[in-house]
Amino acid sequence: MNDPILEMRGVSKTFFGIKALRAVDLTVYAGEIHALMGENGAGKSTLMKILSGAYRPDPGGEIRIEGRAVRIEGPLGGRAAGISIIYQELSLAPNLTVAENIYLGREISRSGLLARGTMREGVGPILTRLGADFLPSTLVAHLSMGQRQLVEIARALHARSKILIMDEPTTSLSAAESERLFALIRQLRAEGLAIIYISHRMDEVYALGDRVTVLRDGRLVGSLDKPEIRADTIVRLMVGRDVSSFYKKDHDPEAGRGHPVLAAIDMADGQRVKGCSLTVHAGEVVGLAGLIGAGRTELAHLIIGASPKTSGRLELEGRPVEIRTPGEALEAGIAYLTEDRKALGLFLDMSCLDNINLAVLGRDAKLGWVLDRDKARERADRAFAGLSIRAANVGVPAGGLSGGNQQKVLLSRLLAIAPKVLILDEPTRGVDVGAKSEIYSIIDNLAKAGTAILVISSDLPEIIGICDRVVVMRSGHIAGEVTRGPNSPLTQEDIMALATGMEHLDA
Amino acid sequence: MPDNGASGGQPAATTTNGAAAETKRQRVRVLISALGMLPVLLTLCIGFHLLSEGRFFTGQNLGIVLQQAAVNTVLAAGMTFVILTGGIDLSVGSILAASAMAGLTLSKVPELGMLWLPAALLTGLGFGVVNGALIALLRLPPFIVTLGSLTAVRGLARLLGADTTVFNPSIPYAFIGNGSLTLIPGVASIPWLSVIALLVIFVSWLVLRRTVLGVHIYAVGGNESAARLAGIKVWAVLIFVYGVSGLFAGLGGAMQAARLYAANGLQLGQSYELDAITAVILGGTSFVGGIGSIWGTLVGALIIAVLSNGLILIGVSDIWQYVIKGLVIIGAVALDRYRLQGSART
Repeated sequence: MNDPILEMRGVSKTFFGIKALRAVDLTVYAGEIHALMGENGAGKSTLMKILSGAYRPDPGGEIRIEGRAVRIEGPLGGRAAGISIIYQELSLAPNLTVAENIYLGREISRSGLLARGTMREGVGPILTRLGADFLPSTLVAHLSMGQRQLVEIARALHARSKILIMDEPTTSLSAAESERLFALIRQLRAEGLAIIYISHRMDEVYALGDRVTVLRDGRLVGSLDKPEIRADTIVRLMVGRDVSSFYKKDHDPEAGRGHPVLAAIDMADGQRVKGCSLTVHAGEVVGLAGLIGAGRTELAHLIIGASPKTSGRLELEGRPVEIRTPGEALEAGIAYLTEDRKALGLFLDMSCLDNINLAVLGRDAKLGWVLDRDKARERADRAFAGLSIRAANVGVPAGGLSGGNQQKVLLSRLLAIAPKVLILDEPTRGVDVGAKSEIYSIIDNLAKAGTAILVISSDLPEIIGICDRVVVMRSGHIAGEVTRGPNSPLTQEDIMALATGMEHLDA
Repeated sequence: MPDNGASGGQPAATTTNGAAAETKRQRVRVLISALGMLPVLLTLCIGFHLLSEGRFFTGQNLGIVLQQAAVNTVLAAGMTFVILTGGIDLSVGSILAASAMAGLTLSKVPELGMLWLPAALLTGLGFGVVNGALIALLRLPPFIVTLGSLTAVRGLARLLGADTTVFNPSIPYAFIGNGSLTLIPGVASIPWLSVIALLVIFVSWLVLRRTVLGVHIYAVGGNESAARLAGIKVWAVLIFVYGVSGLFAGLGGAMQAARLYAANGLQLGQSYELDAITAVILGGTSFVGGIGSIWGTLVGALIIAVLSNGLILIGVSDIWQYVIKGLVIIGAVALDRYRLQGSART
């Protein structure tokens, strides 16, 4: 551990005027496991994509590998420079064999014909070295997730990579598979590879990390050596920002907490959600926090009947309700704002008017089916005025609006049904600052009017700014709840501790 | 960051003016896209009129064109519903044949003869609903399902007439196939077939643009997952559109049967689905769903009929007619893409 194998100096990346990465310096040595941490959107994946060659960094920075300055360009650039990346969603072709996958893009051919035998023999030693329990000729489709990860690692070794970047490698692995992976990672470290290990999970970072580097808002905010790796230090580095004052929360959290409106009891889908219960009261804004993949959106989908549940039941205003489809949820008065408004929310080619009225067309219709165009027009005009939606007129296609205005159009559709329960999934994602604070005051006003509101958000300052209490999910379970007391505000540290599972480690 | 668009950052004072101008520009745009292929249709008509030394724009010839376009217009109207949801119905030609066979067979039964027309319609509707149910409930791809029924229903059509041609010279309601509706006695009349086709277009427009179901059809085609999350019963919409396509194919079968007094399960309606799809695409309806209009489909069906009629008028050989038709179709759609470039999203 003397000369660094990878040195990044002042590497920045700008997207459309927004700095995703600001002058990051990162040094990685051979034979170390370097953990990279940060909240969602902190710049980890941008950094990784620069190293893989998928993004080109802004001019001015420098990347050195084994002391030599390199330019990493194109999808094969990273591999040529000796860097291999194993993405969260693996990039193997399931219809090909293990050997074919390892040789993908660099197949050996003899006078134009594939030399399958040579390729199979070529990967044999690597698979043995990794302790693989499958043959080079096995179809990848027949392998488990853990075995597939081995194939990815074998591919990296076969390319003679010196730096291996792993992005949340244990997400889809069982506990036993994870243990075997850790052993293998340690073995690779002993063989002299540099491993950059990206993870949200504090326990993994404790177990593996020789050093930890933390990114926040595109900046490198600190690197810790092994003795300094402590949960509280890391969390403070990850979240250390000020909660600005633009969150609006005028509604009195005590006033509305009369009766529970929505109670979800022991909801599970057999995969991502493993028995979750939560209650939202009238006039209350409850935050649902957790890391990406913790199962928050999946839980919301279970509540509104968008995906089938294997267990659990719902109570609405104290009475049990059976909800099997999103349509039934709307009829019951439960509205859900999707996190992916373009793919799952809006009809981009349809007018704002149609988009806003879609959920109440039937209710408004004359003779059961004939559109009441005056009513629709009125409703759309009211929504435009009430939520200050900026577009030429209500007839323009929703796809032409800005992110914030699209979000308000989608929100108008939900508000048209006058919901009792409003579930908002990342309500301000991809929304500019002005529209953000407008959305916050809409939420606040709805709470004042007695709506029960559940806000799913990965933006911790937002959750703390607008919510009365926060339920935290981790790996499909409700990890706990953070409440606001008269003298104890909600803190990002408490939420992150629950989200990453660190409260046990500290105890 | 995307909020710096034209509408987002305007000062309040200019917004009204800006909005008015924007609205006007929008109207023009809407008009252009509504007109769509109409200029192409008119150019073709005038071109054929000149090339045929004035034989195109005669009352008699126009009547023939309208009559020839009628059945395809009806099939294309049903196809429009299906393609608007992002699907396809390859089975309409076979359903047309089966419905015509069912109708003609029943028309020969002495007591029930008058019921042949509803029987033909119901046969079509039935096959359409089966298509729809397979697609909506079993979640099979529309192309595969209707490709299957293209073959299977063709077989049933042949079975219905024991693989022979069924005649009935005294079929009831024969007037719909060969009669004309007199508008001004002795001066102007319009074939019943064309009247039916125009009615079908009008009813389709009503359903698509003036009912809740219409909005739901566009929504399913525009974004099926969003439609499901918005509480729309996607399965019901799908069954409806394939049902309509089948029903209209049944109507097309009845129109053919009344016109010919006969039907043959093997030959009737062969490859009609291709003309229907062509009409819809010529009419500017997006193949991925969600965008399009029934008026465009009418224009598309007329373009096909005018092409066939005009090429015969100017004496182009049968073989070259195929080549020219194909090229005109590709050219017209290419022109359409070019025209829409830069205006709206497609």
